[in-house]
Amino acid sequence: MANVLELSKIRKSFGAELVLNDLSLSVPEHTATVLIGASGSGKSTLLRCINLLESIDDGQIFLDGEEISDPLINVDEVRRKLGMVFQSFNLFPHKTVLENITLAPIKVQGKNKDEATTAALALLKRFDLADKADQYPDRLSGGQQQRVAIIRSLALNPRLLLLDEITSALDPVLVNEVLSIVRDLKSDGMTMVLATHEMGFATQVADEVCFLESGNILERGSAQDVLHAPKNPKTQEFLKRVHQAGRL
Amino acid sequence: MSENQNSAWSPSSREIQRRSSRRAISRKQASIAAASSIFVLGTLLVILVTSPGWQTVKTTFFDIEYGKEVFPTVVKGLWINLQLTFIGGAAIGIIALGLALLRTTKSPALTPFRFLATAYVDIFRGAPLILIILLVGFGVPALELKGISSNVIFLGTVAVVLTYSAYVAEVIRSGILSIHPSQRAAARSLGLTSGQTMRFVVLPQAIRRVVPPLLNDFVSLLKDTGLVSILGVTDAVRAAQINASRTFNYTPYVVAAILFLLITIPMTRYTDRAIRQRTSAQNSEGAI
Repeated sequence: MANVLELSKIRKSFGAELVLNDLSLSVPEHTATVLIGASGSGKSTLLRCINLLESIDDGQIFLDGEEISDPLINVDEVRRKLGMVFQSFNLFPHKTVLENITLAPIKVQGKNKDEATTAALALLKRFDLADKADQYPDRLSGGQQQRVAIIRSLALNPRLLLLDEITSALDPVLVNEVLSIVRDLKSDGMTMVLATHEMGFATQVADEVCFLESGNILERGSAQDVLHAPKNPKTQEFLKRVHQAGRL
Repeated sequence: MSENQNSAWSPSSREIQRRSSRRAISRKQASIAAASSIFVLGTLLVILVTSPGWQTVKTTFFDIEYGKEVFPTVVKGLWINLQLTFIGGAAIGIIALGLALLRTTKSPALTPFRFLATAYVDIFRGAPLILIILLVGFGVPALELKGISSNVIFLGTVAVVLTYSAYVAEVIRSGILSIHPSQRAAARSLGLTSGQTMRFVVLPQAIRRVVPPLLNDFVSLLKDTGLVSILGVTDAVRAAQINASRTFNYTPYVVAAILFLLITIPMTRYTDRAIRQRTSAQNSEGAI
């Protein structure tokens, strides 16, 4: 099985603070890789580096075998192949739900408006948001906004979907409607890398779970192994704290 | 849905009591406000009317008959101010947007223009408008360049446009900088280029945000067009000045002032309302 994403010895620091330390990771096609770890362990930075929103200090990133950490690469073309969903949704507040979704297909992929609209409406219908197409984001609940944000990145048919703690800004009642979309995508065979604090959900979708600590992967393996029988004492400690917070 | 629930609801006796208490409180506040206003304004009026020079001021500044006589010429002058404001306003908008975009771009090819835009803004925002008007109004004709009009209305407009473009560029730039970086990150992660991100995501939000301060600048622009009168443009100020120096009666100035206020006061009220709406809209954007 070919690896969609391959990270080799990624290093990244912000000033004196080393955020990613020689981190390597392979993501095979149609798999979901779940990143867990405390806040500040480097999960978000890793996702932002993959999406080239941050430049790395050393190491290499390969997408479908092509090195995208090359400074000469066209970053816009790389980002077209990567979908990214943020913790804070980041919908465009001056555009309707439909316009949020069709902006990139029209401007980036050069689709005509009707084609993009038809595709967007089909996606909205699939995820029960068809009635919200003409609403502005501020009229939607947090869960609905995040679902629109996911649809927005799906509209470009990404090769790889990056999800950065997409339920952390939502109240518990709304979390499930967002996670169920991700479960759907997983069963469709979408390749994903996601950072999350939802351990139950991680168990359901993860093909591989990586525990990040101080910018490196301390423990990796199946959800069963890492989440339910962790070997590393730091993983055990982290999961104990998560458990105490009632998230497992 | 809520209408159906409301039609069945009638206020409880406690609520009716509360309402009459609230009415009593607001009646009391209204009478205090009225008494205080009458006292303060009345005192000011008494001071004005009993001042030793009041009779002279009344005849030289508030001569109603003379005011009626000069009214048509001052209004004709005001028409020049309005034309200047609208034509200048359009030019200012375009130039300012260009300057703001240049100052926020990171494109290496535009580096010299970014530097020039910064210098331009520094100069024209820092120098008094009246000096710019004098320098352009008297300096440009002295160059004797072919094809450049020495029409004072044109040169006056150019001077005002030069200065206001710098002000407005800074307002637009602050709007651009106020858009949260996460909006840019979202747009870029969808594969939009930095130019597309500016045009479709950042700028539309930025402009919406700066409309109230821009309306403020528009009011100032209308007033400041009065300054071109120093070049000899027969605008409202100049028309009033001509009449006043002919008769040594200053009523035309008062007429001009009232005419400006008739336009600017509604505009400022409208601006205040736009700012209020903007603020409440921003507060409801909490989730984003």
